[in-house]
Amino acid sequence: MALSIVHRATGVALYFGTLLLVWWLIAAASGPVAYAHVQAFTGSIIGRLIAFGYTWALIHHAMSGIRHLVWDLGYGFKPSEREWLTWAALIGGIGITILLWIIAYAIGGGR
Amino acid sequence: MSGSNSPKSVRTPLGRVRGLGSSHSGTSDFWRQRLTAVAMLLLLIPVIFIVMSLLRSNQAGAAQVLGTPLVAIIMLLFIVASVWHMKIGMQVVIEDYVHDEKIKLISIIGNNFFSAAVALASIYAILKLSSGV
Repeated sequence: MALSIVHRATGVALYFGTLLLVWWLIAAASGPVAYAHVQAFTGSIIGRLIAFGYTWALIHHAMSGIRHLVWDLGYGFKPSEREWLTWAALIGGIGITILLWIIAYAIGGGR
Repeated sequence: MSGSNSPKSVRTPLGRVRGLGSSHSGTSDFWRQRLTAVAMLLLLIPVIFIVMSLLRSNQAGAAQVLGTPLVAIIMLLFIVASVWHMKIGMQVVIEDYVHDEKIKLISIIGNNFFSAAVALASIYAILKLSSGV
């Protein structure tokens, strides 16, 4: 599995994705007009795609990161264990991302 | 490290005790990368909860929640951990892929500037919301 490069790629994506977090926080501190701009962006198709991608990158990087922490502690090096950890990170990342978006839409955050 | 105790080692006794190696920073980046990773894992669920709870809010609602002491502290901890983590991570990526010394130097400076700006801007925004100015 070539998942370590995905860990790195999601890390780089999250690095630049912090700009969205900064924009959101600054807008909240600035006022209603600035905040409306953020909401207009995150409500657009491209904005939603970026937010969805950001969610997946964050969750996948976290799951994949747990895998690396397990390895750092010296566990999970058998081939079967490595395979299991990798698939768990991959499936967990996608699963949790979809679950979060279902919850987001269910509570009315997807307007 | 294994060779450092052999008679052939060129390391001084003091250098061996300090254990910082040629970079003079030892394994501090390695350690901080893991420390901030664990911190973010602990903070991730509260942060996701905060962000999700604000999805329906307008600016006034979001500003009020983000300025609440507990929420502000959680967000500040998450921002400090994540910026520190991403700065180290990006430095590793730069060192791995950028081999031209000048471009590498500029990239590392840019990485530090970007990370500092992200941290300061986020912290400023949260403190402003917290103080209600």
